[in-house]
Amino acid sequence: MTPLHPFVVSLFGGFCIGIAAVLMMALLGRIAGITGILMQGMRAPAANQWAIAFVAGLPAGALLFHSLTGTPMPPFDAPLPMIIAGGFTVGFGARLGSGCTSGHGICGLGRFSVRSIIAVCTFMLFAFLTVFMRLHGGVG
Amino acid sequence: MNLVAALGCGILFGVGLAMSGMTDTERVIGFFDVFGNWDPSLAFVMGGGLLISLPFFQLLQPKLKGPVFGDVFRVPDRTDIDGRLIGGAALFGIGWGLTGLCPGPAVAALAHLDVDIIWATLAMLAGMLAADQIDRLLDAGKTSRA
Repeated sequence: MTPLHPFVVSLFGGFCIGIAAVLMMALLGRIAGITGILMQGMRAPAANQWAIAFVAGLPAGALLFHSLTGTPMPPFDAPLPMIIAGGFTVGFGARLGSGCTSGHGICGLGRFSVRSIIAVCTFMLFAFLTVFMRLHGGVG
Repeated sequence: MNLVAALGCGILFGVGLAMSGMTDTERVIGFFDVFGNWDPSLAFVMGGGLLISLPFFQLLQPKLKGPVFGDVFRVPDRTDIDGRLIGGAALFGIGWGLTGLCPGPAVAALAHLDVDIIWATLAMLAGMLAADQIDRLLDAGKTSRA
């Protein structure tokens, strides 16, 4: 079998994410925004067991994909201070800004939410600027 | 039944994140490295997701009475653009550019059993809880002024 082009694999991965987001709304009436789901799970786990179940499914799904396809799990290589600072900033910003790539991106853009359109443009721009500064601006 | 549905959705979402390359931080950084060794493939992830979610939210959902295992569709109805939305999104973008991990992939990549991913995810959860506290303080400040 000839390997599929990475664009096609990414597109199919996007389809899976889109179907999961649609099912979350159609079955449970919930936005599949990871930040919101994580917060609901942390603040009131007993009342939001669905959130715990969904969050547990994420690594299970990743494990399932790599086991079935035999593809290696991608490496993650960064200095620890940057990992902590980056992780904290991602969580802080996503919560303050009411959502991340899934909630604002896949769901919010699909709903034509003006807040989400502004959020997606803003975080994409700042991620691009950060990577540019790190790789080409002599910072980091 | 809704727990099984939520778990199933989470698994499918996790399969999608791993398949699409979103859990591969090198590719995520490559996607943002437009003026360097640009890897545009991750644009197809949001494209693919929207090809499914957009028709559902625009065409199908308005015709449905409610979710199969719930009472009502819980959809955000805010339309105000405030500093928290823009400042939060900017900070989120900066953090995403530093590690290449946004919240969904960070949790999905816990499957890699990599200590650094665990640190990144714990730091992320701490950041979310901290933002929640700031959010409450800001809200309290607003109420007392009003």
